Amino acid sequence: MAPDRIVGIDLGTTNSLVAFMQGESPVVIPGDDGSNLVPSVVALDEKNQPVIGNAARKYLTETPERAVYSIKRLMGRGVDDVQEELRFFPFRLAEDLQAGEVLRIKLGEKTFTPPEISALILRQLKRNAERFFGAPVTKAVITVPAYFNDAQRQATKDAGRIAGLDVLRLVNEPTAASLAYGLDKKQNGIVAVYDLGGGTFDISILRLHDGIFEVISTNGDTHLGGDDIDNLLITIALDDTLGDLGLDLRRNAEVVQAIRNAVIEAKIALSSQPSVKLDVALPDGNRYLREITRAQFEQLIQPIIDRTVGPCKQALKDAGLKPEQIDEVVLVGGSTRIPKVRALVKERFRREPHTDLNPDEVVALGAAVQANILGGGSEATENMLLLDVTPLSLGIEVAGGVTDKIILRNSTIPASATQFYTTQVDGQANVAIHVLQGERELAKDCRSLARFDLKGIPPMAAGMARIEVKFLIDANGILHVSAREQRSGKESEIQVQPSYGLTDEQVESMILDSFDSAEEDFRQRQVIEARNEAATILAALDKGKKSAAWGHLTTDEKKKIAKMEKALIAVKAEDDYQAIRKAIDALNQGTTRLAELMMDSAVSTVLKGKTMDEADMGEGPTAPHPMAKAEFE
Amino acid sequence: MRAVHFCQACGKVQPPAPVDYFTFFGLPRKLNLDVSALEKDFYDLSRKLHPDLNARSGGQEQEWSLQQSSLLNDAHRTLKDPIKRTEYLLQLEGVELEEQSKTATEQARSTGQVKKQIVPPEMLEEVFELNMQLEELRLQKKMGEDDPALIEEIGRQKFELEAKQEVLLRELQERWKMWDGMIQREQNGQPVSEEERRQERDKMVDVLNRRNYIRNLVRDVSEVLEN
Repeated sequence: MAPDRIVGIDLGTTNSLVAFMQGESPVVIPGDDGSNLVPSVVALDEKNQPVIGNAARKYLTETPERAVYSIKRLMGRGVDDVQEELRFFPFRLAEDLQAGEVLRIKLGEKTFTPPEISALILRQLKRNAERFFGAPVTKAVITVPAYFNDAQRQATKDAGRIAGLDVLRLVNEPTAASLAYGLDKKQNGIVAVYDLGGGTFDISILRLHDGIFEVISTNGDTHLGGDDIDNLLITIALDDTLGDLGLDLRRNAEVVQAIRNAVIEAKIALSSQPSVKLDVALPDGNRYLREITRAQFEQLIQPIIDRTVGPCKQALKDAGLKPEQIDEVVLVGGSTRIPKVRALVKERFRREPHTDLNPDEVVALGAAVQANILGGGSEATENMLLLDVTPLSLGIEVAGGVTDKIILRNSTIPASATQFYTTQVDGQANVAIHVLQGERELAKDCRSLARFDLKGIPPMAAGMARIEVKFLIDANGILHVSAREQRSGKESEIQVQPSYGLTDEQVESMILDSFDSAEEDFRQRQVIEARNEAATILAALDKGKKSAAWGHLTTDEKKKIAKMEKALIAVKAEDDYQAIRKAIDALNQGTTRLAELMMDSAVSTVLKGKTMDEADMGEGPTAPHPMAKAEFE
Repeated sequence: MRAVHFCQACGKVQPPAPVDYFTFFGLPRKLNLDVSALEKDFYDLSRKLHPDLNARSGGQEQEWSLQQSSLLNDAHRTLKDPIKRTEYLLQLEGVELEEQSKTATEQARSTGQVKKQIVPPEMLEEVFELNMQLEELRLQKKMGEDDPALIEEIGRQKFELEAKQEVLLRELQERWKMWDGMIQREQNGQPVSEEERRQERDKMVDVLNRRNYIRNLVRDVSEVLEN
């Protein structure tokens, strides 16, 4: 039996996925609706119970004030810098937000921080994996955009913790994609990953050699993606209706969502059709009708996709490479299906991009590969190692409001830097340090990460103290700080005020809320599922008894089957799901010959250990169903 | 003598020793370095020390592998680049480069004074003129009327400065030979005077300062040309 199952999770702006390494290759684990993608949509139903994924989508159009999408856009960000997002996204901020407080949004009457919302999505994925394995899942690798800053990464880790997951590693999305690609191709060379998703854009340039995936440079834009294309089309539609019908629909959340659904469908259709017609029902019985040709669409979105050019150029420059020196360009993210985007990539990199891998799934698959490596590796991954970099320079604010860069962007991580500080005043006990991320000269133009207060400096004359402060960026791209006063050897206490994040205490309190019930939830779900499977197999057996094949069994066989049937019925009424599963297996074994004899193939499929429901799983993985125990590793 | 990164017997990661970057890679304090051998060593050590490959070890080992691999990356990054390598070695030798002096930078910034830059004397006139031209181009750009002849002239000078940078790098590499020779003598048991050591250091500091000055100037020029 495999040890600790570590799953790989793509927590995307638009869709989320969970995957794991099955033998030689990674596979995506579907939800109970058979779908590989879980839309990153969260809603609260009438009873204030969370609804996640496909089931939550209808709430967006019916009761939009009870639903939220693209929460990734708010992760690790403060009230001030989401003003831009608020213009285009229906995020409703909590009314009682104080300055400097962590963002909270309203869903119905309740408020949530973005990590809590993301945690609900993660918990859904966790459940999907647990149902699949028939065992608890507590460890995961979660992907983040390469260009995510420290606060955004920390928020993602917090979300994992709140969901009851031990996040072993955060992996950058383009790097994860390259893992899936590299596992597939097993070739050395220079690869560029162009990742245009729902909300973020990343471009990473990697050198693949002998199983080492080394990121040379990375760049991107964390406010650029398919959502921006959608918003552009929505704005046009709203302008049209205002202009032609004098109707200002901006405040009508239901209609805006309906328009959003329509433009998304249209956008997707235009990737394969030359034109499409928008058709949306308006409140007063009117309909909004507009035809869009692909040519018009491409003209409209040109400025948006042109924004990917700058980061691409910078990444190449930082890598010291010319486009011709890139061996392969890999496309990631749904938005790369747009023909105009592909054309742009082809033009910029002077070659046809690689489109074999499913752009929606490749990141999750790569995360599963990394999960496998962290878990000790297997034959497929035994030589593989990821060497990633920090995307943004780390700096300290110094006199004059200037940033002193101490770790440069594109430095391989883990990376560290040591700085020495002293006191200005006799007996000074604290020193304040302001840490920033970014490339600009002035501190005010960079992203504030945190303010550290070094406390407990032993009393000394001014300038005598020599405090060694070590800044360490770990393999997740997250900063850790430690300090020591050298003369006394005393470790300084560091108090961190994250500029945009939750404190440890806050995260702890959120975990307790959703975790207490998780254990019980899990057990109850297992019981329900086991009972369902028992009911199905008993029903199938009833059918079997009425079939001609039944007559071919010996009395002995019939007696045995009757005994097992009785045992299953008895244990089914109780709460021990493992006992129920055992009884199901026993009955399975006992009815193998009956199944073989039966002419009715539908029923015989059931008796071989699959339920009718699961047999219809659609494009699921080929992995064994929990019931078919014999095929487990 | 290489630092012990992991136990010979059981292969487990060891706590990082507080060593300098040369010792970490088992290299002498010489400035000529086989970069491809360094790379190979870097990848080999990464496979052993990286946190990803030590993820299942206990907490203490995970902490050590985090420290070790950050040291590995820092050491590799510094030794790989010829200028960084030289600056690092000088720093180990106790030299505080004027360019690098953080205190000088802080003082300058807080008092608003221009930091004392060492302008290579032979370049004084050239630099003066170039700065005038840059100022003029900045003004022109503000007005939106860039003079193509001026841009071309500045571009040409930038090209010359970059060539100078190359010449200085080669001069630095000559100095490396002298330094390495000295270290080799030391290793062979022949005494090297403190005076000689100091002289070699000072010569390298001089080349570095000149080259860094030009590098900064080229950066300033690029900034004006590109914006």
